[in-house]
Amino acid sequence: MTQENHKKRWHKKSWTAYLMIAPYLLHLMAFVCFPVVFSIILTFHKWNIISPMEYIGFENYRHLWHDRLFWKAVINTLFFLVVHIPLQVVIALALAYFLNRKILFRAFFRASFFMPVVVSGVVITIMWQQLYGLETGVLNGLLHSIGLDRVEWLSNPSIAMISLAIMATWKNVGLYIILFLVGLQTVPISHYEAAEVEGASDWQQFRYITLPAINPTVFLVFILSTIGGFSLFIEPYIMTDGGPLNSTLSAMLYIYRQAFGYYHMGYATTLGLCFAIMILIVVAIQKKYIESND
Amino acid sequence: MIDIKNIKRWSVFICLCVAALSFLYPFYWMLLASLTPEKNIGSLGLLPHDVTLDNYTQMMAKIPIGRALLNSTIVALCTTFGVIISGAMAGYALAKLQFKGKNILFFAILFTMTLPFQITLIPNYILMVKLNWVDTLAALVIPGLNNAFAILLFRQAFKNLPDVLIHAARVDGCNEWRIVFQILMPNVIPTVITIGIITFMNSWNEVMWPLIVIRNEALMTMPQMVTLFAVGGRAEAQLGVKLAAAVLLALPVIVAYTIFQKHFIRSMATSGLKD
Repeated sequence: MTQENHKKRWHKKSWTAYLMIAPYLLHLMAFVCFPVVFSIILTFHKWNIISPMEYIGFENYRHLWHDRLFWKAVINTLFFLVVHIPLQVVIALALAYFLNRKILFRAFFRASFFMPVVVSGVVITIMWQQLYGLETGVLNGLLHSIGLDRVEWLSNPSIAMISLAIMATWKNVGLYIILFLVGLQTVPISHYEAAEVEGASDWQQFRYITLPAINPTVFLVFILSTIGGFSLFIEPYIMTDGGPLNSTLSAMLYIYRQAFGYYHMGYATTLGLCFAIMILIVVAIQKKYIESND
Repeated sequence: MIDIKNIKRWSVFICLCVAALSFLYPFYWMLLASLTPEKNIGSLGLLPHDVTLDNYTQMMAKIPIGRALLNSTIVALCTTFGVIISGAMAGYALAKLQFKGKNILFFAILFTMTLPFQITLIPNYILMVKLNWVDTLAALVIPGLNNAFAILLFRQAFKNLPDVLIHAARVDGCNEWRIVFQILMPNVIPTVITIGIITFMNSWNEVMWPLIVIRNEALMTMPQMVTLFAVGGRAEAQLGVKLAAAVLLALPVIVAYTIFQKHFIRSMATSGLKD
């Protein structure tokens, strides 16, 4: 009898459990599972949403292979990452290292570095568009006043992407400063004291005590920046519209154009799938390299 | 005698001051420029001069920014509320209840977190078209109502609570729903705050999805409207009105951040540590 009772109660509870996960499951089916399956189907079709879908086999993939703009977007994104990631790691690490001690106004510094993280990318981009201005921009004014030449931040094709990378670093670095601080605080002070007694220099202490402790954080910066680079959208959309000469055409901006500019739904989905696979590959390479560095 | 330690400390301090200035000055410049008459923006000094609200009144005459503010608030509040409720439910089921398929569900959640959104974006748009949700607030709220990260955070928080709490409540005749929302939730307030801040901020700052699913000006969110204002022709190449729109978009977040700074930093650092 008690056995029976117990079983009944258990059943009731597991019934409740299913009800509790039901909203998530429904959402998962509608907005994750269905889209993943449908996107794979879409890559084999030509479709502008209005007329019926047309099966075209591997045509989208073949087109992508020969699409100059696709490769341009890939190279732009990789270039962005090559500039953005080292800049991000070095600045975040340096500032975190400086902050990781008793210093006047520590909380104020931390809060001001973090400020751009919470503000919308739209605001940051509109603001930096003015800072980058050729004649009236604050940055060029600064360069001019110390006797340097003005820089064509946004109008020179070989500089524009670097400008976006600098701005993205400025926006995100506060988050990584906090993450590095968390990593730095896992190192017990006694390790540094012991090193000091042994006569280790500042650099040696940094290289052999600090760096190993923050290796996981460095990896995190790499992953998050990579995902961020492939998702770069609103910055070039507002600032340069992908120009000049497609030098700031990002992966996401190209998908957006194909899908919502030309209504090439099948081709845009193929682009999305290929960029997503690239993210996974780049992250896998980084993981292997950073772990072997341990 | 020159104290090397002191020199080092002061040079670090000066470095930090310069860095802080480079993070704060652009915001100050933007605010100042938005309050300056158009013709004087080029020759802006360090201190305010000729302060005017002209740019703001002109901007408000050109775009329904108040309406956008209302839309953004509705969308962000509904999304945050939904994510907290559904996240707590699923998190509780995963942490404290037994059911078939629990492990599969857990892996499904981890999988969705690593799935790049580039794959699902276009099918989701098509779904909105087929459901006739384009140009409705439903398109802005419903796809964002569930969040794998929120479920994992709630699961972790509930796991750390003792089972005695639940058993005692069951003996008192509480059903499972009351246990989640009345008994357990008050014990994990920091987690609720973290999820609340992250979700609200993400929803408030999201701009690509609204650009895709909303075309009707009356339903636009604030970042979307400011973006279209900045890239479209309606600002008529006037810098001041563009900056005024940007200031209005940033202001609520900056005010909230200044007041709840510690919570913001802790919450958003948690979201970075999720992997």
